[in-house]
Amino acid sequence: MTDRRHFLRNTLLALGGATLAGCDRISESDTGARVLESAEAVTRRVQRFLSPSRALAKEYAESDISPVFKPNGTTMPDTPLYQSLLRGGFSDYRLEVDGLVARPARLSLEELKALGSRTQITRHDCVEGWSAIGKWTGTPLAAVLDHVGPTDAARYVVFHCFDTYDEDTPYYESIDLDEARHPQTLLAHALNSKPLPVANGAPLRLRVERQLGYKHAKYLRRIEVVASFADIGEGNGGYWEDNGYEWYAGI
Amino acid sequence: MPNTRLVYRHRWPVRVMHWINVVCLFVLLGSGLQIFNAHPSLYWGQRSDPGKAVFSLQGGVDAQGAPRGTTRIGSHAFDTTGVLGASKVNGQWRSRGFPAWATIPGPGWLAMGRRWHFFFAWLFVVNGIAYVGWSLFSRHLARDLVPTRSDWRGFGRSVVDHLRFRHPEGAEAARYNILQRLAYLVAIFVFGGGIVLMGIAMSPRMDAVLHWLVDLVGGRQSARTIHFIIAVAFVAFVLVHVFEVLVSGPLNQLRGMVTGWYRIRDEREVTRHD
Repeated sequence: MTDRRHFLRNTLLALGGATLAGCDRISESDTGARVLESAEAVTRRVQRFLSPSRALAKEYAESDISPVFKPNGTTMPDTPLYQSLLRGGFSDYRLEVDGLVARPARLSLEELKALGSRTQITRHDCVEGWSAIGKWTGTPLAAVLDHVGPTDAARYVVFHCFDTYDEDTPYYESIDLDEARHPQTLLAHALNSKPLPVANGAPLRLRVERQLGYKHAKYLRRIEVVASFADIGEGNGGYWEDNGYEWYAGI
Repeated sequence: MPNTRLVYRHRWPVRVMHWINVVCLFVLLGSGLQIFNAHPSLYWGQRSDPGKAVFSLQGGVDAQGAPRGTTRIGSHAFDTTGVLGASKVNGQWRSRGFPAWATIPGPGWLAMGRRWHFFFAWLFVVNGIAYVGWSLFSRHLARDLVPTRSDWRGFGRSVVDHLRFRHPEGAEAARYNILQRLAYLVAIFVFGGGIVLMGIAMSPRMDAVLHWLVDLVGGRQSARTIHFIIAVAFVAFVLVHVFEVLVSGPLNQLRGMVTGWYRIRDEREVTRHD
């Protein structure tokens, strides 16, 4: 009986080890990764079917706001351009909006604020698993899009950022027009009624409330309206997407 | 083997879906622990305020500079160096919640852990819906799983039998006993349904329409904590399940779940020869 138990235990351990090693091999193979990635399209379609595109993320009360809104990723972009803008209190900052638009624009923070304003207290869910609640004030992206007039070919909005990763890879993100025109999708310039701190993305960051934190690009430099993001970065629609994360970050 | 006969115990859909489930739970657990490792703390409520974790696996070094893994549950701290909080990956000490031998993939790789998790989560959901649908349609649920009045009457005896590792071998073995029925019903509907719902409750997109569910369980971080607790409950279920298989004739049980045919003692034969 002990022999049989030993045999069973060893067999199970060996099987488990081999299975885990097999999983690692699948993770590192192109085909394996591609098969696993196919789930993203299912998630996107099912979630969009079950949760209508106009549905609003829950908004919270002032009393729910996190004592500290945890900054993540870059907390101080070190590029000379950003540093000089920061020294000038962002008075020289202009957000470039171009690409497939009728009227490309370079907008100062004051001009942006004049386009419209929305304040919302929402929960920010990081891909790592943590959540923080903050009060964001900003210009609805829809108002900016109306200002520049996307052409008929426009499908995505790409956000180019001041911060870089891995020495010189610029951070960027992208969302589709549907998400871009969602009423809670903001170019936020204030957190908890104060100008956006550098650690949280000053002077301007994206809020795209129904997706995970890495979609909420910080340190916005330029907004580009495109038909496809295949030629940007490594072609997956964002810095983290180029590193294996989902473009659709609804879960 | 005198006086035994084979009975057809598990129909093919049950067998197929059972083994799909085995694969799903294995991958979901390993990839789930990989995802957990990205932020190895659990909280109650909507937010994850620093210092407010109800459970955490932390890595660090002790006064001598040696690696130290600490598991905190509420205000209690346990030294779990080597397994939880700090463990070796390819011979190198790392601060990581669960060790490399328990996660998919082995090394820290959140993006890939998520890919595995959501692929197999869909398989688990589709398999689960197919199982419940088939069980209703074929009356597997009503006939084999929902306890009968006589099952309930035998509750006490069944508990004693289980504690003594005594298992029916005659005609009784061809059907599920009361504890099996209850365990399977809880695993399927409470654990299976609950863990999927808590997973969905963590989705910011789904929260736009399901915030009542998130609020019902206390918040998004509560949902994450419950998701984790149910995963632990699944592990406990599987341990007991496999233990029961091992003590009640593992090869016979395995054949039952692979081919459908299960050997029982033929009591009619026994009485005839008595």
